[in-house]
Amino acid sequence: MNVLPYGDHAVLVEPADESAVLAMRDWLVAQRYPGIVAVVPAARTVLVEVDPATLPVLRLRQLLADAVPSRPETTAGDELVELPVRYDGADLAAVAEQVGITTDELISLHSEAEYTVRFCGFSPGFGYLSGLHPRLRLPRLASPRPTVPAGSVAIADEFTAVYPRATPGGWRLLGSTEVALFDLSREPPAVLVPGIRVRFVPR
Amino acid sequence: MIEVLATGPLATVQDLGRFGYQYLGVARSGAADLRAHRLANRLVGNAETAATIEITSGGLAVRLSTTATIALAGAPCPGAPGWQVAVTVPAGCRFALGPAESGLRSYLAVRGGIAVEPVLGSRATDLLSGLGPPVLAVGTQLAIGTDTAGSPAGEPAPAPAPSTAPVRVLPGPRTDWFTDPAELFDRSWTVQPDSNRIGVRLAGIPLRRSRPGELPPEPMLPGAIQVPPSGQPIVLFRDAPVTGGYPVIGVLPAAELDRIGQLRPGDQLRFRPVPA
Repeated sequence: MNVLPYGDHAVLVEPADESAVLAMRDWLVAQRYPGIVAVVPAARTVLVEVDPATLPVLRLRQLLADAVPSRPETTAGDELVELPVRYDGADLAAVAEQVGITTDELISLHSEAEYTVRFCGFSPGFGYLSGLHPRLRLPRLASPRPTVPAGSVAIADEFTAVYPRATPGGWRLLGSTEVALFDLSREPPAVLVPGIRVRFVPR
Repeated sequence: MIEVLATGPLATVQDLGRFGYQYLGVARSGAADLRAHRLANRLVGNAETAATIEITSGGLAVRLSTTATIALAGAPCPGAPGWQVAVTVPAGCRFALGPAESGLRSYLAVRGGIAVEPVLGSRATDLLSGLGPPVLAVGTQLAIGTDTAGSPAGEPAPAPAPSTAPVRVLPGPRTDWFTDPAELFDRSWTVQPDSNRIGVRLAGIPLRRSRPGELPPEPMLPGAIQVPPSGQPIVLFRDAPVTGGYPVIGVLPAAELDRIGQLRPGDQLRFRPVPA
C-alpha cells in the first residue's frame, strides 16, 4: 500500500491491489477516526480528507502506516439493484459491429453480467460499474457528444455507467433506463452508491 | 427581500460548501474566496454558515425591499454604500456596482443571510452539476434569513494587503509522471479567459510529461494542479468534479485557494514549492 501526498488536508491511499479499493474505503469509514472528514474512492486509489486542526496530515500518515491492513477483507453481500433497460442506444449497432457480434449477443453480454459500483465521479450519482465483459472494452468516442440524454446506459474502457442527467459525454450508448438515479428527496440521493451490486434487465 | 436589478458577468449564492457527498460525485463548491466571504458575514454579525452573494467582476445591482444591514468584501467595486464595513440601509435602497477595480470576486452579505433552500446541506450554487440555487438573473428575488450570531461590527475591517508572493504548492501524488516536476516553479503562468469556478487554466511553456495518456479516474480536490497532455496546467477549483484522469503534479494548501479566486484572465502567476 502506498500513501501518496495530496496537499495539507488529504492523502491518497493506493492499495497494492486495485480490487482492495472498496474494502479499503469501507475499512477507513468503519474506523471512525476523529478528524477524517471524507473518504472518497476512485478506480485505483482512495482519498482521505481530514480537518487538519483535529488530525494533521502527518498524524494521519502515522495512523495509516500503523493501523491500515495492506489487504482489508472484501465486504460481501451488499444490496443488489436491478435496472430495467431498453437496449435502444445510439451506439448499440456500432459497438456490436466493432466487437464482431450481433446486437442480441451484445445485449446478452451486457445484461448477463453482475456489476459493482466502484466509485462515483463526473457528475452527482454517476457510478462507475466494474464487471464489464472484457470483449466490450472500447475506448471513449473520439469526440464526445454535446448532450447525452439522462438515463443513458453506456460503456467506456473497463466500466459501464448510467448518466443520471443530461450532460456532455463520450461514452458509447447501449440503452436507456427510466429509473431516476439521483433524487434529492432520498438519502442518500444516489441509487448507485459505491459497493452496490447492479444488474441490467432488458425490457 | 433583495431584488436583483443587474447581475454583471456572473453572480451566485455561495456559502462554505457542500460536504459529505463527495463519494457520490458531488463537488464541494462554496465561495471562491472564502476569506472575503467570511469577512462579509462577520461584519454583519452572521453565523459562519450564512450564505452571501458572490459577485464576479462587479456589475451587480440590487434593491432592498426592507431595512437591512449589509457588508461588501473582496474585490473592491465602485458604487457600493461602503466597503468592508457594515452599513444599515433603508427600505427601497438600491445600489449598482461598477466593474471590480482589482481582483475578481466580491461578496455581498446581508444580516440574516440569503435564505434560499439548502440542497444537500448547502446553499451554494455548483456551476458544474447545477445543484443549489440557480445563477442570479435580473428579477431574481432573494429572501433574507435569520442566520445571525452576534451584532454587526462597529468598525470597518482593514483591507488585506494583496499578496504578490508566488503561490505555495505542496507535492502532488503523481510527480513521477513528469520529466522535471520543478518546471512548474521555473515558469511564469498566465491565467486564461476560460477559467471559472471549475478550474483556473494556465498557459506558459508546457510542462513535459514523462508518460503519455491518462490515469484511471483518481480522486480530485480543489487546489490540485492537473496536467493534461498539452502540458498546460489547470488548478482545479471549488466546483471541480470529484474524480479526474490527468496526473496531479502539485496541490495548493487550502489557504492559497482564496488567492486563486481573485485571479483575472491575463494575470501572471508563479508557484513556489513547499515541502510536504
